[in-house]
Amino acid sequence: MAESEIKLLGAWPSPFVMRARIALNIKSIDYEFHQEKLGSKSQLLLESNPVYKKIPVLIHDQKPICESLIIVQYVDEAWSSGPSILPSDPYDRAIARFWAAYIDDKWFPSLSGLAKAQGEEAKKAAMDQVREGFLLLEEAFGKCSKGKDFFGGDRIGYLDIALGCFLGWLRVSEKMNGVKLLDAAKTPGLAGWADKFCGDDAVKDVMPETDKLTEFAKILFQAKANAPPPAN
Amino acid sequence: MAEEVKLFRTWSSPFALRIVWALKIKGVEYETIFEDLSNKSPSLLQYNPTHKKVPVLVHNGRPIAESYVILEYIDETWKETPLLPEDPYERAMARFWAKFGDDKVFTSIICGVLIKEGKEQEEAMVEAMENLQFLEEELRGKKFFGGERIGFVDLALGWLANLISILEDVAGLKLVGEDKFPLLSAWMKDFADSPLIKDNWQPRDKMITKFQALRDAKLAAAASK
Repeated sequence: MAESEIKLLGAWPSPFVMRARIALNIKSIDYEFHQEKLGSKSQLLLESNPVYKKIPVLIHDQKPICESLIIVQYVDEAWSSGPSILPSDPYDRAIARFWAAYIDDKWFPSLSGLAKAQGEEAKKAAMDQVREGFLLLEEAFGKCSKGKDFFGGDRIGYLDIALGCFLGWLRVSEKMNGVKLLDAAKTPGLAGWADKFCGDDAVKDVMPETDKLTEFAKILFQAKANAPPPAN
Repeated sequence: MAEEVKLFRTWSSPFALRIVWALKIKGVEYETIFEDLSNKSPSLLQYNPTHKKVPVLVHNGRPIAESYVILEYIDETWKETPLLPEDPYERAMARFWAKFGDDKVFTSIICGVLIKEGKEQEEAMVEAMENLQFLEEELRGKKFFGGERIGFVDLALGWLANLISILEDVAGLKLVGEDKFPLLSAWMKDFADSPLIKDNWQPRDKMITKFQALRDAKLAAAASK
């Protein structure tokens, strides 16, 4: 398939964009990556995602698909001959979708809450929330992996992608706060899984290095601190 | 093995109604367990320990929670009368609009217009109107969001067909006027009156009481800050 028929609008630091890239890599799909600039949105982005104006957007044969997990499912279904991303059994699929929704609705907000927390008490509360989430996810990992390396079993799948995309930012949070959030003693399954996920062929080229991401985080937080209050 | 299907719900939850409709459309027999969320049953806590919320579907002893997760499970398990389209792009669009319905439409109306007043309510109205306009455009050339017959997005947005007029009464303003939203207005009537849908609406007077109480409580809380 010609490369220009598949475009991905995104940015290298975004975990949500990473989800789409991992899915495309699993299926060995060639695509054109359009890097959006921080602080501005391209005309193509505004036209392709008029509802949210956000990345990632996958454009396949000029048809845009938005929302990272919807893109991952689309890639799985549109390229059905490649390795499967979602499990085949309907109940296993439901469990994977349930935990992916938990990660987006509850767990990720606790991680981004840590970045926004002001003061020691607020930071500690946010860290506790992240760790509590990991305890739940450790249990989910045990049930889904059934003793294998990944939530998806022998290969990475939907739920691995849904959680694993945040490992870069998790490590930045740990570094900037001088704490361990993913603790091998408390959540050994997840700790082992994290290393294997980051080393996976579909992941390693699109997972940003922690140092580079930390530098970016500093620029981002500085920009937000300097920005005027949003106009109403 | 005989199928055992149970649905844990409340009398009022619009999210649980999605599951009722889906099961009826597919002709699946099921048992209903009504929950009182101020006094949750041990079964609910066992089946949904993470969120402790309804709806929860239990199929042959295995629980599934989160209404869109349940809908997709139902569609994949009972394959007659499909809810999602076959084409991957159309499926992605259906999932997109369902998510938009919850993230934006529901939030701007229930967490915005309903529970605010004055300038804050006006601002929430502007956002709600923008969101409803996206839905109006999505209905162009179609009777239902699913096309000729009810599909996934209709079930996802179905709460609008009944709850809008209740909220208009409670909040004292017009949200979906026929002049501004002719397609959405027509869809609301068609959906609400469809067989398998129309017999399952919650009692209107009880809903008005419930949402009036919610609005009063939220306004009181905001005023006391």
